[in-house]
Amino acid sequence: MRFMLLMIPKSYETAGPELDLPLDRVAEMMQFNESLQQAGVLLYCEGLHPPATGARVHFKSKVPTVTDGPFAEAKELLGGFWMIDVRSREEAIEWARRCPASDDEMIEVRRVQEMDDYTPEVQQLTAGFETMQGKKP
Amino acid sequence: MSAEHSRIATVWKMEAPRLIAALTRKLGDLGLAEDAAQDALVAALEHWPRDGQPEKPGAWLLRAAERKGLDAIRHWSMAARHHVALGREADEAAPTNAPEAAALRSEAEGGLGDDTLRLLFMTCHPALSAESQLALVLKVLAGLSTAEIARAFLQTEATIAQRLVRAKRQLAEAKVPFELPQGSALTARLPAVLHAIYLLFNEGYTATSGSDWLRPALCDEALRLARSVAALLPQQPEAQGLLALLELQAARNAARTAADGTPILLADQDRRRWNRLLIQRGLAALARAEQLGGADGAYALQAAIAAGHARAARFAETDWPHIAACYARLEAVSPSPVVTLNRAVAVSFAEGAAAALPLVQALRATSALAQYHLLPTVEGDLLARLGRPAEAAVAFREAASLTRNTREAALLQQRVAECEAQCAAVPT
Repeated sequence: MRFMLLMIPKSYETAGPELDLPLDRVAEMMQFNESLQQAGVLLYCEGLHPPATGARVHFKSKVPTVTDGPFAEAKELLGGFWMIDVRSREEAIEWARRCPASDDEMIEVRRVQEMDDYTPEVQQLTAGFETMQGKKP
Repeated sequence: MSAEHSRIATVWKMEAPRLIAALTRKLGDLGLAEDAAQDALVAALEHWPRDGQPEKPGAWLLRAAERKGLDAIRHWSMAARHHVALGREADEAAPTNAPEAAALRSEAEGGLGDDTLRLLFMTCHPALSAESQLALVLKVLAGLSTAEIARAFLQTEATIAQRLVRAKRQLAEAKVPFELPQGSALTARLPAVLHAIYLLFNEGYTATSGSDWLRPALCDEALRLARSVAALLPQQPEAQGLLALLELQAARNAARTAADGTPILLADQDRRRWNRLLIQRGLAALARAEQLGGADGAYALQAAIAAGHARAARFAETDWPHIAACYARLEAVSPSPVVTLNRAVAVSFAEGAAAALPLVQALRATSALAQYHLLPTVEGDLLARLGRPAEAAVAFREAASLTRNTREAALLQQRVAECEAQCAAVPT
C-alpha cells in the first residue's frame, strides 16, 4: 500500500520567501530518509518552497482567481512529502512517528489511491492516469 | 485484535529483523533468537497498553527479548546448543577479552542495515534448499506468520512449520556464522541472496489465479528486500540490476490481468496502466548497475529487456533489435533454452520470421524444452508468418496437446483451424 506522509510545518504559515534549511535539521532528515530507504519502503520524496513564493487559484463560480502567497489566515500548509510503500496503515503511521520532526511540525498520513480502488467505470476513464504521473522515459 | 494490539504487532514486525539479528548474535542460534523475539512481542502486548509505547520501541523490544533469551538459555540445560550459546555469553562477559568484547559491541551498534544484511546472508546460505531459504526469509525478514507463508506457497501450515524447523536445524548443524561476508566472499555469496529475492518475486508474479492476496504480497516483500539490499550494498551492480528488473516488472502489474482475472499478454497490455514511478525507479537502478560496470549481469540484462518494453509507448514502437541484442548477451552470460526461445521471438520482430526459425528449429532438435508448449507455439507462429500453414498447423496442434491451460488450448486449436482453412484455400 502506498501512503503519503505529508509534512505540515506550522512555521510555513508565516514564513518568508527564503528557504530556511538549518544544516543539522537537514542532516537529521537525511538520516530518516536513509532509514526509509534501507528498509526498502521509500518510493519518492520532495520538499516544497515556502507558500510565500506560491499562489492559490480559486474557482468560485467556476471563474479562476489567483491569490499570491503568503496566504494570510491559511492553516496547515504543506512543507514536503514522502511517498512510501508499506504493508499497512499502522506501519505508515509508525514510520511517521519516527520522523525527527520539531515540535511545530505535524505529519498527515494519507493513503494513495490505486487502480484497484476504482470501479470499472472509473478505471476505464482513468486508463491514461499513470502516464500522467511521470514523464515518459 | 484491538487497534492497540495491531499497532504493537506492526511495530514488532518492523523491528523483528533487527531484533532477531541482534539476538542471533547474542544467543548464537537463529531459532532461539526467534523465540526470544516472540517473547518480547508478548511482553510488549502486556506492558505497552498499560504503560504507553516506549519512546524507542526497538530498544525496548531488544532489552525484553535479551532478558527472555538469556533466561531461556539458563533454564534449558542439557541441550547442546545451550553450551555453545552460554560459551559465547561467557566470552563476551570475560574481562580478559576486552578488545573482542569491544569489537562485538561496535558490531552490535552497527546500523539496522548491516543486521538485515547479515540475517539475509544467513537465511540465504547455500546449505539450505531454495524453498527453505524463501520460507525463512519470509518468516525472519518479512515477519510473516507460518500460516501466512503456508497460504502464500499454497502449502499446509504443518509443511511450512516443518520446513522452517528443518532449515534452522540445518543452519545450526552447518555452524553457519552470523556475519556479513566481505570482499570476494561477499561477491561469491551475493548471487544466492539475490536469487532468493528473485524467486520470491516470481512466486508472486507468476501466480495464475491471483485469488489469494498473499501471492501479490510476495512480490511486495521481494521488492522491499531488493530495494533494501540495493540501498545497503550500493556498490554491487547486480543488486542494482535485480532492483531494476523487479521495479520494471512490478510497474506492469496493473495491466497484466483483465477485470475478470484472465492474463493479458505483453503485446495486448494497455501501457497507459503501467506505473511510471516504478518505471522511473527501474530505469534509474538500471543506469546505476551499468555505471558500476554491471551492464552484462544476468539481472541487469533482463532489466534492460524489460526497460526496452517500458520505453515503448506502444507494442509497435518496441526497439526489437536492441531487445534481441540484450537476449543474445543474456544467452552468453546465462545460457538457457528459454532465453534462446525468447531471443528467437525478439529476432523474429527485429529481422523477420525467416531469421528466427532456425533458432527455434535448433531448439526443437534438442530435448530441452520437449514438454514446453511455448516452443511449438512459437514455431507455429513463425511458420504461419512465413506462409507455411500446413507445417504451422502441426506445430499448433502439438502445442495444444502440451498445455494444461484450457483457455490456451482453445486458442491454439483455433489457430490450427485457421491454418487448415488457409491450406484448403490454396490451390495445389
